[in-house]
Amino acid sequence: MPLSDKSRGTGAAVELDALDRRILNRLQDGLPIVEAPFAVVAQELEIEEQMLLERLNDLRESGVLSRFGPMYHAERLGGGLTLAAMSIPEIYFNAVAEEVNAFAEVAHNYRREHRLNMWFVLATETPERIGDVIAAIEAATGYPVYNMPKQEEFHVRLHLPV
Amino acid sequence: MSDSTCRSESSNGAVFDEQDRAIVLATQSGLPLVSDPWGAVGAQVDMSAEEVRRRMQRMQETGVIRRIAAVPNHYRLGYVANGMTVWDIEDDEIDRMGREVARHPGVSHCYRRPRHLPEWPYNLFAMLHGRSREEVERQADELAALLGHACRDHQILYSSRILKKTGLRLAVDSPGRT
Repeated sequence: MPLSDKSRGTGAAVELDALDRRILNRLQDGLPIVEAPFAVVAQELEIEEQMLLERLNDLRESGVLSRFGPMYHAERLGGGLTLAAMSIPEIYFNAVAEEVNAFAEVAHNYRREHRLNMWFVLATETPERIGDVIAAIEAATGYPVYNMPKQEEFHVRLHLPV
Repeated sequence: MSDSTCRSESSNGAVFDEQDRAIVLATQSGLPLVSDPWGAVGAQVDMSAEEVRRRMQRMQETGVIRRIAAVPNHYRLGYVANGMTVWDIEDDEIDRMGREVARHPGVSHCYRRPRHLPEWPYNLFAMLHGRSREEVERQADELAALLGHACRDHQILYSSRILKKTGLRLAVDSPGRT
């Protein structure tokens, strides 16, 4: 099934000029935590700081950037985080999706093409809460939840060259 | 053990206090795009720019902040094919193979996760992003070649619909929150 703009809330691919691309490529790698960080990056890119800030604001407003800011490591903040999957019969899929999404702890939920067709990320205030929420989702929906917490992290670094 | 004591230290023992928590809450949806972002955050949490910057530096050093970065919307950049590749890897090979897979430039996230036999034999997850499914499949073929006989089976699960995306609201407790 094609993704509609509405269902992913993202819009179509946009045209970016050469400077937008240089800014995006540079800032996916991280902003230095120094006194005037944007001035430092602007100097690297050989542009004015004001130009960099304007471009970034435009990229954020147009939705090219979903966000700009710190990427926090949930577990190191004391929270619980896991990936979970369910196998839901087609005729009940939308109803169960609503039941699952009603849990505030469900941060992302994707339909995927597999027998396990619903995949969601749970974020809880404490690691211990993960089990409670999974049990509550199983009780609410009547379907088993496959809990797939990460056991080892080999890599987390989204960098999309543009 | 109360929640606040268990949360006051990060995994490497660095102290994470109320002021750090205030900074996290003020910045988890984004950093102000202004010349002095630390001062702008400081104004919200009643701290000096210097204090905010020092604390964010320390959070980055201790790994609480992975980095401060631009997070592009995949689709807007033309990366419309997002494949979760899953691999069934020999247990005694997974550490080595996980590191190999993670080095591939197309892989954004790579984790070891538990199997659920017989339903789910896959123990290594790697997210691939491409401008087309063909591009994702090409990258998956490269990973398969890399893994060789250590991998018994693999699949690519494409997302076909976003059912919910509120963004990760981090589990940061504050006094009085239930």
